[in-house]
Amino acid sequence: MKQEEINEKGRRDFIKTAAIATIATAACGSLACSCSSKNEVAATGQKIKLLSPDGEIVEIDSAYLNHHENMAVLSQHEQRLGIAGKKFIMVVDLARCKNARKCITACQKHHYRPEETEWLTVKLMKDSDKAAPYWFPKQCFHCDNPPCVKVCPVDATFKRQDGLVLIDNDRCIGCKFCMAACPYSTRVFNWDEPDMPFNIKNMAYSAETGVPAKVGTVEKCDFCPDRSREGLLPPCVEACPNGVFYFGDENEDTVTNGEETVSFTQLIKDRAGYRFLEELGTKPRVYYLPPKDRQFPVERGYDDLPDKLKERFKDIMEPVTKKS
Amino acid sequence: MELNKYQQEAFNYQRPNIEKFGKRNMLWVIFFLLWILVGGYALYLQIAKGHVVTGMRDNVVWGLFIVNFIFFIGLSYAGAIIAGLLHLFKVPWGKPIVRLAQMMTMISVIVGPIFILLCVGRFDRLHHLFMYPRIQSPLTWDVIAVLTFFVGSALFLYMSLVKDFAVYRDAKLNVPRWRQKLYKFMAIGYRGTASQKRHLIISQNLLAIIMIPLSIIVSSILSWIFGMTLRPGWHSTIFGPYFVLGALYSGCGVLIVAMWVYRKMYKLENYFTNKHFTNLGYGMMVLAAAYGYFTFSEYFTDWFGSAKWDSEVINKLFNPAEYGWWSLFANFVGILIPIFIVAIPKTRKPGWITLAAFFMVIALWVKRYLIIVPTLETPALPMQETRIEYVKYSATWPEWALTFAGIATFFLFFTVMSKFVTVVPVSGLEEPEHQHNHHHEHLPATNENVQPA
Repeated sequence: MKQEEINEKGRRDFIKTAAIATIATAACGSLACSCSSKNEVAATGQKIKLLSPDGEIVEIDSAYLNHHENMAVLSQHEQRLGIAGKKFIMVVDLARCKNARKCITACQKHHYRPEETEWLTVKLMKDSDKAAPYWFPKQCFHCDNPPCVKVCPVDATFKRQDGLVLIDNDRCIGCKFCMAACPYSTRVFNWDEPDMPFNIKNMAYSAETGVPAKVGTVEKCDFCPDRSREGLLPPCVEACPNGVFYFGDENEDTVTNGEETVSFTQLIKDRAGYRFLEELGTKPRVYYLPPKDRQFPVERGYDDLPDKLKERFKDIMEPVTKKS
Repeated sequence: MELNKYQQEAFNYQRPNIEKFGKRNMLWVIFFLLWILVGGYALYLQIAKGHVVTGMRDNVVWGLFIVNFIFFIGLSYAGAIIAGLLHLFKVPWGKPIVRLAQMMTMISVIVGPIFILLCVGRFDRLHHLFMYPRIQSPLTWDVIAVLTFFVGSALFLYMSLVKDFAVYRDAKLNVPRWRQKLYKFMAIGYRGTASQKRHLIISQNLLAIIMIPLSIIVSSILSWIFGMTLRPGWHSTIFGPYFVLGALYSGCGVLIVAMWVYRKMYKLENYFTNKHFTNLGYGMMVLAAAYGYFTFSEYFTDWFGSAKWDSEVINKLFNPAEYGWWSLFANFVGILIPIFIVAIPKTRKPGWITLAAFFMVIALWVKRYLIIVPTLETPALPMQETRIEYVKYSATWPEWALTFAGIATFFLFFTVMSKFVTVVPVSGLEEPEHQHNHHHEHLPATNENVQPA
């Protein structure tokens, strides 16, 4: 009975997706037509089959097609609801991080953010005088008891059923209360007009991608649900050369770093996973595995950095490098 | 409107103040308008270029604007509480200063909220606060609180003005026609009949009863914008009462200074007597002690408990390289000096008390800065930031320009209002009992005698 229900739901979802795909294709088709008349592109002779709005299959020369970035086809309501049946979760293996910063650049590329804006950042932590320093990648924790959502006066930041905390920057008034309330300094503000390519700037805004950014509003890491909808991993997870990030679904009890897929509970159990600043009661959805049996010495993440970035970690690293 | 001899005298004495604007006042108005113009240009820059023109950044997301907001809105709440108490307990010497307290309430509840609007990144979306309100947010509470308070204080001020408007109407003042018409309109046909008298006094009593608890509630709600977060230095159970006290204390100071300025400007020594300074001075002293006690409790528990995050803020506040000197100024000038000035009989004089009040008000502004900025400069995670402006807050000229524009607006309203209504209310005035002791100069200053400066 239950299985049937799920199947029925799956079938409906499929129909819905198919319908959206058709409309999207149709939109592309009409765009292709309007553009081709102006630009007079030479035909390549390579024909591509497309589904027309009338349900007919038409063949169009590939030269007349324009490639577009994924457009926001989700309604506001769907963006706020989240993906049914999912509970996104992340595990960060601190033993593997060497501050390669590939996650940061991948994130910035995916969200069209400039070099200075780090939704995902890597801190160098040293918990006490005698403690050994370690690299600490930090993105939004998508807390289950999010202090930022509690304080938003206009419901611009919200918690979804799939566990994600997202921002609707069409609604955000820029009061920055959420930034003051977040204990993890996760959120960033667009202090001036964001610099992004013209075509990106004119895209329809999606809370699932945070693109395009808008001046005077708050933004942050979104766990890339747009990628999850396509069955892909967030760019930071994919880009990491050392498999630091495990991303997955709590309901399925599965997390993957792209190389290996493991049971979430087993991983947390075996490696003594913990959540950062548990005592604040925010219930983060990101778990950390303590930096035991490290794969790299901590200096590996420091020595190759450009001077500008070295500056950040100098206070902690200089005594360490001197010793060795 | 019938006035008794003493009230008539008071009216005749102040009549020229509202009939003529005066060249000196005109110059002041132009001066204030110039400041507001500079502020307007700064505001234009902020809207055109974004908040990048301010010193605020991702760590210190709030700066001077929110400090000014707390400061002005605090004055407003204090004025309402002081006026409410004086009215409700029928304090005989309180009559002449009620108007001043209510003016302060009205003016600062206009100026204060401007500053929180300046903090908002998207002016064009302010209507979202009413379109998509989330009642869980302390900011929504504050929107409701400030709007309620605005209406309340406007009514409170107006109710106490009705009788005076009737006086101005009947006096056939030598003012332009529109102003005569306005007075007539504002007097809403008040003639002083028994029924009118009864209704007016009931409304005033009710408003006073409402305004006192309302001020306490809205002041606490303001503190909860900070108290409800998890940050060290903010997340404190005493924040509500602490803000109520801070508001009352600084408001008491501004009232003393305003009294002194008007006394000099309009020669009101007969109405703002030494006794007023002494009595408000005593109030200031008690509030200083209470505020000092709260400040001590706040710092002492954080310091003694010495949790890591709390200690970081305390260390910043008391480190001379960071905010140590400012803390010293805020607590020394803001708490200790006023206590001594009022406690020592030799300095218990209008001039000294005003001086202490003036510096105390500045110190309390600094205190608000110390509540906001050091906490924001102390995130739980190390900043490890390459951009220096993201680490340490330093206010930029547009922020200062807008701050001074706000102060200029505050003064401008006071100047213009004192030309529209008499600073000392006329109709409710009662003759002090010991009027005749003028010449007994040897009497202690606490006596109710009137000493022209």
